[in-house]
Amino acid sequence: MQKKLSQFSLNEKGVIKSISGEGRVRRRLFDMGVTPGAEVILRKKAPLGDPMEITIRGYELSLRKVEAELVLMEVKE
Amino acid sequence: MKRFALAGNPNCGKTSLFNLLTGSTAHVGNWPGVTVDKKEGTYKKLAEPIHIIDLPGIYSLSPYTPEEVISRNYILEEKPDCVINIVDATNLERNLYLTTQLLEIDVPLVVALNMMDVITKKGDKIDVAQIEKKLGVPVVSISALKGTGGDELMKRAFEASKAVRKGTTVLNNSSLAHLIGDVKIALEYENVENPLFHAVKLAENDELEVKDHVKASQMVEDFKKTFKDDTFGTDFEAIVADERYKYLSKEFKNVYIKNESNRENKPNKKQKNVNMTSMNMSKSDKIDRVLTHKIWGIPIFLVILFFIFHLTFSSNFLFLGAFIKDDWVSFAGTPFEGVFGEGAINSPGVVLQNLLTLLTDTLTQWVGNGLDSIKGCPEWVHGFICDGILSGLFAVLSFLPQILVLFLFFSILEDSGYMARVAFILDRAFRKFGLSGRAFMPMIMGFGCSVPAMINTRTLADDNERTATVRVIPYFSCGAKLPILTAVAGAIVANAKIGNADIITYSMYVLGMVVAVISILLMRNTTMKGEVPPFIMELPAYHAPQFKNLMLHLWDKAKHFIKKAFTIILASTIVIWFLSHFTWSWKFLADEEMDQSILASIGQLLQPIFTPLGFGSQLKQWGWVFGVAAIIGLIAKENVISCFGTLAACIGGFALTQDDTGITYVQAMIAATGITIPALISFIAFNMTTIPCFAAVATARAELSSKKKFNWTLLFWIATSYIVATTIYLIGSWWWTAFIFVAIIAIVITFIVINNKKEKARAYQ
Repeated sequence: MQKKLSQFSLNEKGVIKSISGEGRVRRRLFDMGVTPGAEVILRKKAPLGDPMEITIRGYELSLRKVEAELVLMEVKE
Repeated sequence: MKRFALAGNPNCGKTSLFNLLTGSTAHVGNWPGVTVDKKEGTYKKLAEPIHIIDLPGIYSLSPYTPEEVISRNYILEEKPDCVINIVDATNLERNLYLTTQLLEIDVPLVVALNMMDVITKKGDKIDVAQIEKKLGVPVVSISALKGTGGDELMKRAFEASKAVRKGTTVLNNSSLAHLIGDVKIALEYENVENPLFHAVKLAENDELEVKDHVKASQMVEDFKKTFKDDTFGTDFEAIVADERYKYLSKEFKNVYIKNESNRENKPNKKQKNVNMTSMNMSKSDKIDRVLTHKIWGIPIFLVILFFIFHLTFSSNFLFLGAFIKDDWVSFAGTPFEGVFGEGAINSPGVVLQNLLTLLTDTLTQWVGNGLDSIKGCPEWVHGFICDGILSGLFAVLSFLPQILVLFLFFSILEDSGYMARVAFILDRAFRKFGLSGRAFMPMIMGFGCSVPAMINTRTLADDNERTATVRVIPYFSCGAKLPILTAVAGAIVANAKIGNADIITYSMYVLGMVVAVISILLMRNTTMKGEVPPFIMELPAYHAPQFKNLMLHLWDKAKHFIKKAFTIILASTIVIWFLSHFTWSWKFLADEEMDQSILASIGQLLQPIFTPLGFGSQLKQWGWVFGVAAIIGLIAKENVISCFGTLAACIGGFALTQDDTGITYVQAMIAATGITIPALISFIAFNMTTIPCFAAVATARAELSSKKKFNWTLLFWIATSYIVATTIYLIGSWWWTAFIFVAIIAIVITFIVINNKKEKARAYQ
């Protein structure tokens, strides 16, 4: 099943399918290791629901909902 | 001298390695044009001394952040003799991503594999030889924290620096390999340096490169027409990034050898080991679970914040005042009277400040006695040295202990990794105002002192955000402004016999914050438009901050502050002293004769300017004192009330005693000028929102990226304070003027909204 990273619930796992968006934000995502094929777990959401924290390539990364919307995931069971 | 540059991700231990290599030779400056730290030092343990430059922490060599552009330009243009790439061994994949980019530059490269102590402690291993073989450059294991491997690293780097290295790339198997190869040949033909690096950047359509190599970038465009990738289309930037990570996860899968054997082969030890590792793994997680808790995260943060301010500024340490006998800590009768407390124990910050004040007071006294003993020493020389130079300088220096203590606490929070979480927790709330969660810290520090607060804005990534934050920091009323609040509020209550001084004080604090929020909204919607910078950032694992690093950091800040105190601040203090102690006919005046001084006549000249604010021409004979007090307040805000004291002595007919407080001074001013309550409140508001003290102004100059921005900031402070104070005075005196202000605000907002909509519409066309 595919859905956006922004729609993930807590502790949900998945593999990145593709990244949309453009320019600075998109490049920043790539540079931080958010590229197709990487495994992601949604670890936490901030007290006000946004931003969120994910584990990717062995480290913790935070990103906002708007940025997570650019990331299309393949949900893993 | 040979120059080696340190490059690596943020949080990879780069600062620790830099400190390890350079020790006491380090000094911090700025990269030209940006407020990014430039750290330099010398390594002395080789045959010849080596100059070490610490490049800013970066994840990539993309053209999007100032840090990345600085690092890239330094390596390409300044051509260091060797680049040392620090790699966090506990997070190989993402750290080596930068390495794959550095490899493409024609510069000797050595990889320092840091945090090897952590790996060994876990019982894991890393196949260093294999990494060296795959990358084709020397790889050295080090532990910057434990201080091991530094000398070996420098030896290998020194050897590497003797040879010429040609760039290599990991993109040879990608679909762009041919394009990169062709562009590289074309660039070589044009005698371009670092052809491989530029070829890859051109393929990525890098905005900094395309305009420099028009011909070669045309090759890329032509290639694009014939190219089709299933996932990425013709987005070459994405293909390159993806290819680098693919290469890393494939080639470096087996270099990290986890300590599996213990867990599987020795069942009796299995339980223990699993527990050990799970503890290691989740120590940071466990802390994090508490500190960023859904409900408790924000309250915990507020408690931490309270204690930081308490330890820095409180004169009732841990509220022990209730438990100790009255004179136990006061040391009555000794020179240390009151230093450690008066009826209660002082917090460490206050004790340090008192000790420094004791020292500087004694010094001033010695110098004064010394001058008195010289026969024929004119009175004005005594006044100039003791009151002009020394007391002005010491007034500014007296902030230093609390600035440093406050800075120390915030550095601990920063180094431990908690600050990143605070930004994470608060980001949502701050985005509404066009700021990121990071902006909260500097603002809240402003309640203590604007100087460390403004320095702290370096953690903000976006230049507009940083400028906006620096501008509003003074509105978070600092410790030195509190005496103005309490004295004026106290006098209002005593004179009018109404209200409550605390309520007035609190409302002024709230007013400051409201002005800050409005200013930011205004700036972000008019002169500083632009999207909120992305919040895609690493949340580093929690770790105990290193004492040595903290101290070096603190020493740096102290050095900067002292340098400023002895240059620009000292000069300004001297000017103001001369203005307030001499007449136009160059006659020296004692303190009590300030009303005849040049400054007083400037005050009288300026008086009409303050009329709309309520403390201008409408006041009686002595009305100019408020203007003069505000000018003197530019040195340090404490001077505002003490200036009232001096002037109260000039007025005469108002017998002042030793026990007089700021409140009586202000009452004397009220009696002499007939100033109204709204005008007094407007006076507080004016001092709170106008140009801050010299120390803060000098810091703002250093932290803002250009002189132009600084000039606008000064203008912004003057304008805001003028508008805010006028509003308060007019509405306070004639309530119906509120309708006029509401109307003006409505018109301004409508104008901005319509204007922004138009601009948006134009952008879409």
